[in-house]
Amino acid sequence: MSLLEVETLDSCYGDFQALFGIELNVDEGETFAIIGANGAGKSTLLTTIAGLVPVAGGRVVFDGVAIDRASVHRRVELGIALVPEGRRIFPSLRVEENLLIGGFRRRPGPWNVARVYEAFPMLEPLARRSAAGLSGGEQQMLAIGRALMANPRLLLLDEISLGLAPLVVQQLYATLETIKAEGTTPIIVEQDITQAMRAADRFACLLEGRVSLTGYPADVDRAAITDAYFGVVGT
Amino acid sequence: MNWVNVIVQGVLLGGLYALFAAGLSLTFGVMRLVNLAHGDLSILAAFFCFTVADTLDVNPLLALILVLPAAFLFGYLLQRIVIEHVPRFDVLPAIVVTFGIGIIIENALLQEYSADNRRLLVGGLQTDTIKINEQLSVGVMPLLTFVAAIVVLGLLHLLLTRTQLGRAFRATSDDPDAARIVGVDHRRTFALALAISIATVALAGVLLGIRTSFTPFAGPARLIFAFEAVIIGGLGSLWGTLAGGIILGVAQAIGAEIDPGYGVLAGHLVFLAVLVVRPTGLFGKVAAA
Repeated sequence: MSLLEVETLDSCYGDFQALFGIELNVDEGETFAIIGANGAGKSTLLTTIAGLVPVAGGRVVFDGVAIDRASVHRRVELGIALVPEGRRIFPSLRVEENLLIGGFRRRPGPWNVARVYEAFPMLEPLARRSAAGLSGGEQQMLAIGRALMANPRLLLLDEISLGLAPLVVQQLYATLETIKAEGTTPIIVEQDITQAMRAADRFACLLEGRVSLTGYPADVDRAAITDAYFGVVGT
Repeated sequence: MNWVNVIVQGVLLGGLYALFAAGLSLTFGVMRLVNLAHGDLSILAAFFCFTVADTLDVNPLLALILVLPAAFLFGYLLQRIVIEHVPRFDVLPAIVVTFGIGIIIENALLQEYSADNRRLLVGGLQTDTIKINEQLSVGVMPLLTFVAAIVVLGLLHLLLTRTQLGRAFRATSDDPDAARIVGVDHRRTFALALAISIATVALAGVLLGIRTSFTPFAGPARLIFAFEAVIIGGLGSLWGTLAGGIILGVAQAIGAEIDPGYGVLAGHLVFLAVLVVRPTGLFGKVAAA
């Protein structure tokens, strides 16, 4: 049984339908990448799984339980954490307070404040600083650390490399291995295909709200991905 | 020195204003709720305390043991049953709804208690004073009120900075959706914020009712003083609210000393002066929108 099953999922923002019949399975322990162009529906898919956007049709099943009617906080309790696009850290809280509030509905598990500092050593000296003063890379680390504090089974990472220096992106993706080793399954949303393909065990490409291609990075050639990404050939 | 006396009385009065303002500041900070029923709710609590003290034949201060939890519960239910269902696309719908709640409270109190002046009687405490020197003596009740304000503001400060609920309040204030992502149930958080707000203003209402007489229509004036204290101190700053209350209290005391009719006016003038010179308030963290 997959950790996450998305079945014929539709999702809407008001009258605008953003996702059409999405089908996905993510197994525990694999890194799953969702790629696609701007506006393809990647972020909508993640926020729908997290519960911020209501399910308009189809189902989201987490560990065998349908969760599409569950509240956001209930999903956090079940083990789904989102690192949102734009990081969305709390600027009026200190760095450490951002981590502590991340544990608002902590599940038992390996992640705590000390463990997050171990994974992101840059954060520790900033603990008592206001989160508003952090650099983009530090904010991204804090946002990931905040999500880890809930000890999630499934970690949804939305565009974590956006606007960051290549070196910082490398560090973040290196930490992904630590996160997996502690038993969390990551789903990454990326615009940077090369980065996504390097990190992912399996991927899905979205095009205009539909899945245009799925597979293993090693099995799919660059041309097929380009087609699925830009919609040159429909599948 | 007569002026020393005036200023000391003003400071003590300012503590009471800060107590009125603390809850208003909290609900605005956490959920952008401008609660126009805030003053009326304090008077409702004062009348409720009057009835409890009368029925059980106890001192109104003892009746607080019943009044404060009741106010907390009332605030929680008010949010869950009424205000939660008000559209949140703008602050205006909630303003209209709480304005309506204020009118309902005023008229229900008028129906039940008539328009007579009431006062909560606490026996000797009401008139006891501590004599500091020939010119300066301090009433025990005003002093207790001031201490209560400091204690409540201190507890609120600890709540906001040291507890998960407090962090949830501040996180929700920063970014409600991001707060939901980390697992904060915004509906429960909002209800707890209003519950705490109403409990603090209930305490303020009862202390007011001991200090001076009140009628069912005494609420709106309290609301204005509370607003002025929050704005003078600056939005988002708890200790700023205390400073704002004290500045307002001292201004009113000095004005009243010049001419008994000038007290309230002097308070308003100082408020307007602060608005002109520093629109964000003296200690405000939030820029004026």
